[in-house]
Amino acid sequence: MNTLLKLDDITMQFGGVVAVNNLSLEVGEGEIVSLIGPNGAGKTTAFNVVTGVYEPTNGRVSFQGKPIVESFPRGKMKKLYAGENTGVYKRRMTKTPDKITALGIARTFQNIRLFKSMTVFENVLVATHLRRKSNLFTATFMLDHKEEVAMRAKVESLLEEVGLLDVKDELATSLPYGKQRRLEIARALATDPTLLLLDEPAAGMNPQETDELTAFIRYIRDKFKVTIFMIEHHMNLVMDISDRIYVIDFGKLIAKGTPEEVQNNEVVIKAYLGVSEDE
Amino acid sequence: MKNKRKYTWLDIGIIVLLFVLVFAADRFLPSYDIKAKVLQKGAVFALIAVSMNLLNGFTGLFSLGQAGFMLLGAYTYAIFTIPVADRVSVYKYYTTTAADGTTLGGLVQFTLPVFVAILLAGAVAALFAFLIGLPVLRLKSDYLAIATLGFAEILRALCQWKGLGVLTNGSNQLRMYPTFKGIMPYFLVSAVCIAIIALLIHSTYGRAFKAIRDDEVAAEAMGINLTKHKMISFVTSSFFAGIGGALFAMYQNTIQAKPFTTTLTYEILLIVVIGGIGSLSGSVIASFLYIACSEWWMRFLDTDGVIPGVTRNGFRLVVFSAVIMVIVLFFRRGIMGDKEFSTARIARFAASHKKNKKEAAK
Repeated sequence: MNTLLKLDDITMQFGGVVAVNNLSLEVGEGEIVSLIGPNGAGKTTAFNVVTGVYEPTNGRVSFQGKPIVESFPRGKMKKLYAGENTGVYKRRMTKTPDKITALGIARTFQNIRLFKSMTVFENVLVATHLRRKSNLFTATFMLDHKEEVAMRAKVESLLEEVGLLDVKDELATSLPYGKQRRLEIARALATDPTLLLLDEPAAGMNPQETDELTAFIRYIRDKFKVTIFMIEHHMNLVMDISDRIYVIDFGKLIAKGTPEEVQNNEVVIKAYLGVSEDE
Repeated sequence: MKNKRKYTWLDIGIIVLLFVLVFAADRFLPSYDIKAKVLQKGAVFALIAVSMNLLNGFTGLFSLGQAGFMLLGAYTYAIFTIPVADRVSVYKYYTTTAADGTTLGGLVQFTLPVFVAILLAGAVAALFAFLIGLPVLRLKSDYLAIATLGFAEILRALCQWKGLGVLTNGSNQLRMYPTFKGIMPYFLVSAVCIAIIALLIHSTYGRAFKAIRDDEVAAEAMGINLTKHKMISFVTSSFFAGIGGALFAMYQNTIQAKPFTTTLTYEILLIVVIGGIGSLSGSVIASFLYIACSEWWMRFLDTDGVIPGVTRNGFRLVVFSAVIMVIVLFFRRGIMGDKEFSTARIARFAASHKKNKKEAAK
């Protein structure tokens, strides 16, 4: 299996706080990989490093075998740096989130971030802007009519596949919570990603919605041939769906493996999963 | 679908009808008539308000530099269109002597055709916007407002500076440049520009602007290059503000840096707010209402004795300010909110109104 996303010794330090500490992980093509850990363990920070929101303090992110982000402690951080592996990375290479998305890494957000003034249809349509061929001139004077029609057709079929076509003209924010999550995923898919990052896709969902989501994630993996890397707290969902799991605590990787291996790992149980009290 | 087409034709019909009315007004109103003046100025301000709305209403960038870009447009237009023969009298304090001993007025010794000069006015404003945008658009929120506000004030001072006198005529007027006759040319230029802005907003770029306005983080995560798109919006907006400035110079007949103060920007901002932030048709409607109000309908308040002891010269402005305060306090969404004017919307509104009435009758 080819490695799609690779993190090498990623450390993210804010002032004196080390949010992610020397994190290395791999996501293979076609896999569903989960990143779990207690609140404040640094999961979303790790996501933000991959998507270009933060520049890592130290370490390297590679995608499809090529380094896309790399950094080392500079300036004030030189003295403050509390992580490991100093001197290993000597290059500085950063990318803004839109460049990362253009490479084929799309994401959803922990707290839903849909475009509030837009309908369901427009929300997804905006995401097709990235792969446009038209320029400002041809777009303004409608010389890109063919492309515009193609964009709209693509959005229609995408909405149909995720089951949101019947609400396409409603305001995105008027949808029920579960559908808003689904819409965020559809919007991310409209950027034609090869890797989809889902940040707590089941947050705030009831058990039935969570079950539906489990099936939905599998469905989009197969249908759109995307690799999925997600952060999640619902253990049923994580254990059910993941090919492999990474567990972090206080920014450090404490365990990795298949769901069975992680479930039976002493360290993980102590730090995160816990023991039920009646046992 | 068929219905939709019907309403599109109706919308076009209304616009054509408006232009027929303007044509009639051109024929029957004498050029000094206040109604003609209101229509001319209204058309000019409609364009400038729409250009500001593109930035403030559709891209969510709060800029206060519109007066500065208008100034650039107005000066560019005037400087390049004053007939060479008249330059000596216009630039009488800034004459130079040519090699053969003749006196030349100012630095520029050629003229451009009117429409080329109008386009150049926009281009100069756009160029300055690009240069300001390079450092400023990377910053978030209010910094753009502060920077553009400062830029406009600096520019006004620079234009009045003696050192640039050979170009800007210092604090003296620029005059004798060609102007449009009648109302129609103002309407045509303004309408074409507004149409282009409307097309831009309805294109995929316009959707990207709205995405940035709604949520920058999400827009960037969807692959929209924030800096680039903000720059496109800022430069386009300034380009059309520059053209608006050129039209304003024509409307005024003479031009001076003095009136391009922050107050002018606030006036335009008011038109945008009254019309509805995020509504082009709102800006257009509000522009004509605002100009008609300030220049025409409230004139009578300036006459002594309409209300004995109260009305006097300048009283109009007191009432006007009060009216605006009421609007901003109680009708914050403006006339149109973020909706556009269309016959389809009116039809829908009428239908729902009818239904409500029927239900109320039951």
